[in-house]
Amino acid sequence: MQQRALGLWGALGTLATLATLAARAPGASAAPDLGLWPLPRSVRLSPRLLRLSPEDFALGLDPASKAGPSCVILQEAFRRYYDYIFGYYQRRRGPARFYTDSPLLQLVVSVVHDSECDAFPSLSSDESYALTVKGPVAVLKANQVWGVLRGLETFSQLVYQDPYGTFTINESSITDSPRFPHRGILIDTSRHYLSIKTILKTLDAMAMNKFNVLHWHIVDDQSFPYQSVTFPQLSNKGSYTPSHVYTPTDVREVIEYARLRGIRVLPEFDSPGHTESWGKGQKGLLTPCYDGERPSGAFGPINPALNSTYDFMSRFFSEVSKVFPDEFIHMGGDEVDPECWETNPDIEKFMRSRGFYKDFKKLESFYIEKVLNIIASQRKKSIVWQEVFDNEDKIQPSTIVQVWKDKDYPEEQARVTAAGHPVLLSAPWYLDYITYGEDWRTYYKVDPLRFSGSQEQKQRVLGGEACLWGEYVDSTNLTPRLWPRASAVGERLWSDEKVKSINDAYNRLTVHRCRMVRRGIAAQPLYVGHCEQEYKM
Amino acid sequence: MRLHLLLCALLAPAPLAPAASALRNPGLWPLPLSVHLSPHLLHLSPETFRISHHPASTLGPFCTLLQKAFLRYHGYIFGAHKTRHRSPRLNKHGQLQQLTALVVQDSECDAFPSISSDESYALNVSGSVAVLKANEVWGVLRGLETFSQLIYEDSDRKFTINEACITDSPRFPHRGILIDTARHYLPVKTILKTLDAMAMNKFNVLHWHIVDDQAFPYQSATFPQLSKKGSYTLTHVYRPKDVREVIEFARRRGIRVLPEFDTPGHTQSWGKGQKNLLTVCDAKEKFSTVYGPINPALNSTYTFLSRLFAEISRVFPDEFIHLGGDEVDLLCWKSNAEIQKFMKQNKRFKDVRELESFYIQKVLNIISTLKKRPIIWQEAFDDHAKLHPDTVVQVWINRDYHLEQARVTAAGYPVLLSAPWYLDYINSGEDWRAYYAVEPLNFPGSERQKQLVLGGEACLWGEFVDATNLMPRLWPRASAVGERLWSNKEVSSTKEAYNRLTVHRCRMVRRGIAAQPLFTGYCDHEYNIEK
Repeated sequence: MQQRALGLWGALGTLATLATLAARAPGASAAPDLGLWPLPRSVRLSPRLLRLSPEDFALGLDPASKAGPSCVILQEAFRRYYDYIFGYYQRRRGPARFYTDSPLLQLVVSVVHDSECDAFPSLSSDESYALTVKGPVAVLKANQVWGVLRGLETFSQLVYQDPYGTFTINESSITDSPRFPHRGILIDTSRHYLSIKTILKTLDAMAMNKFNVLHWHIVDDQSFPYQSVTFPQLSNKGSYTPSHVYTPTDVREVIEYARLRGIRVLPEFDSPGHTESWGKGQKGLLTPCYDGERPSGAFGPINPALNSTYDFMSRFFSEVSKVFPDEFIHMGGDEVDPECWETNPDIEKFMRSRGFYKDFKKLESFYIEKVLNIIASQRKKSIVWQEVFDNEDKIQPSTIVQVWKDKDYPEEQARVTAAGHPVLLSAPWYLDYITYGEDWRTYYKVDPLRFSGSQEQKQRVLGGEACLWGEYVDSTNLTPRLWPRASAVGERLWSDEKVKSINDAYNRLTVHRCRMVRRGIAAQPLYVGHCEQEYKM
Repeated sequence: MRLHLLLCALLAPAPLAPAASALRNPGLWPLPLSVHLSPHLLHLSPETFRISHHPASTLGPFCTLLQKAFLRYHGYIFGAHKTRHRSPRLNKHGQLQQLTALVVQDSECDAFPSISSDESYALNVSGSVAVLKANEVWGVLRGLETFSQLIYEDSDRKFTINEACITDSPRFPHRGILIDTARHYLPVKTILKTLDAMAMNKFNVLHWHIVDDQAFPYQSATFPQLSKKGSYTLTHVYRPKDVREVIEFARRRGIRVLPEFDTPGHTQSWGKGQKNLLTVCDAKEKFSTVYGPINPALNSTYTFLSRLFAEISRVFPDEFIHLGGDEVDLLCWKSNAEIQKFMKQNKRFKDVRELESFYIQKVLNIISTLKKRPIIWQEAFDDHAKLHPDTVVQVWINRDYHLEQARVTAAGYPVLLSAPWYLDYINSGEDWRAYYAVEPLNFPGSERQKQLVLGGEACLWGEFVDATNLMPRLWPRASAVGERLWSNKEVSSTKEAYNRLTVHRCRMVRRGIAAQPLFTGYCDHEYNIEK
């Protein structure tokens, strides 16, 4: 990684000579009017302006690029960003008449290292890029296609219309790479079903904010919309209705749409709690709760005392690991309520035979370890919610722990990383909690490394996720509730630690939110004001 | 109303209290005054069912308002379904073939709704022809909404309705939604969508807080500079034709458009297009802005306001104009030397509060010469301005609002309640329950005082709201206020309301309103499901 980066910066050395006037530290505002978001690592803007014409400007490939014209990711991205740059303006005003001696005619894209064109993005994907805008040809270089995608977004953010409607860009030089490799959005399709359209729209908005992980909390107590080929009864019985399901085609579509935007799809199948809906299509899976001598008719968490449970889980996760290409599977493990287990005589017998006595934490650990082994046997790595760690379950050092409890979360980060686990931070970023006013400011002020620990511990912070749990969210309100609040988290996870001026952020985010609106994302306002082009006007 | 009773008597004697009904929950919202549902079912065919005029009606096909309403409700009832699949064959027997609307009184189809409009109606569904009877067109509109809410698709996808007899009328005559187009401009499309949703919830007043400090989007014919200089951009304006469109769209739904031109505070944007209107605050003192409220000491102020309100009173047909009068920065007035001089010349001003009263009275006089009735925010009352007796006072300050209602009504003024219904304040969870639990007459006072409560308004101030999020933020939270203002006082079970409102919110979603969920669950037709 370091070597690659060196090569890239080397290539840049020759280009950096052009940007003269406005060399700025990343913390200082780089042309707030442009609203670059998230702010790139290094931005040099020259006051020299270039003009772009929708008729003449083209996005193209450098002949030396490792990824060629057959690269779908790039071809689709070129089309998409051309539209983002020109499409929405054109309808408003006629094409600007073009007369200039300083045109920008082309953006030439070059993938320097391996292409990864047909691959899926991963935790170790290289998203760095270098962008040089100089007339008449701008150059975007990246080690992998993933960096090209991030660079195209930045390029598109540099282009604006001057007061006469002419598309304009400053000569500039930008080098950029993310601070954290895991920058996620959690969506919850169990509390409410989200239409595929809504999920794809979310992926579009994520790419505009350089997020790279869609954490798909796909099933939970309320419903099981995931259509399993191995166990079709799970969604047949467990979904809200037969139309509230994600078919294999739907899932493939989401994964491919995400891949084209450099976004990983991380599936979560939360167990042993949060599984009420699983029980409807899989008899004998959940623990029957007892009312004295007799089953009460209610069910608790997955029954950890039966061999059949683990046979089922093996087969189920075998399918999941094939359907979802990501190297990680989120196995949940949060909020297990032992109350029902305590009433069940079979569980009691099982615990006695295992020597767990009355310790239900041991029972929970037993289950978790079994499932972690199942996932490992599928050659996948696991992510778990923090309880699994808190409960002192035996987990592989490579298991990622996601911290979600708001209380004393820096201490939890310290404990998890001290034990050697990679960590993801979500605790301060539960976006389903809403309050009056500009709550994005509190999300923005969080620093994921603000906990006591060694340098080594800090390096175990892989990033974080903004979580939009679905109790009160469906396709009617998801987009405005998520954006631009999640954008604050996006910049925190992408940009340099020193980028923290809230006033500068406000100015840039205001522009960025209007840009999202123009691109058809119903991102809600930060505060009073207007967008040149309002939503659906 | 005698006839209503007669109609109901024809129905088989199975009067089921709606709450206790074992029948399918049709999610009637807001709950009508009296609902008798029979277990006997009728089916409707999308191809042949018609809504038309009763032969005895005083209004016929020349009434565009009703013709359009018939079409609209036919669409609501069948529209979303039709394209999806062919409807099953129905027997002639047990089929509801027609709904006929009978307007009893001589009624103007082209009139505007008013505070005294009669919205009552009686609906009788039995046999092959259902009858919807109302004194005025406004009642027909309300009854059509109720009728459309009775119809559902059964498990064989047949459109189905229970034989039913419903009589209904609103508890309060003023049931409003406040929108704010100054903190953010709302496209006309968003306003029209809001009017659609309001009609589904039987709201009847759009309180249009059209201008404020931040922007002046109202395009005035008399003073075009106001929006030229005071709007965000030249596209962020409401042209006369936009305003006319909103008013007519609202009228067709039985909704009044109540314009608010808030003064003397909240007027920063006015100053940009009208020189010398605002008070210059003394630069020596630390004010956050150069200008303060409208300058009450100049004659030119009142000349300007007379001309502006003369235009407004022509543009907006409603009998009321909202004059604002809230949150006036008195310190800026105090700091201005001219105003100090003016106050000294007029010995009657002991303090700036009295100057505020003076200003308010001047504006009230202007309104009164234009033959309009004023509505004002509570401060104008609190500050002892001499109000005209027919002035309506809107209570918005949350603290002790019951006591404020008592004071206002004790002084003999009609009152509107908004304090507990500021929907721009958001929280996690089901805040609609708190809105629902409010009882507008729950304040100490005589029966006479209670009768002065005209209703209330759910206010969605615009600091954090624009076209991207208005719909899901307003609905179905405002629906809770809608039922509180329409339905009987005894309709107060939150649990029962939850069950109906869940159905109602899915109905709004099916009709294209992005009403957000109450809690976990699903709708048969989710929002925007098609790719």
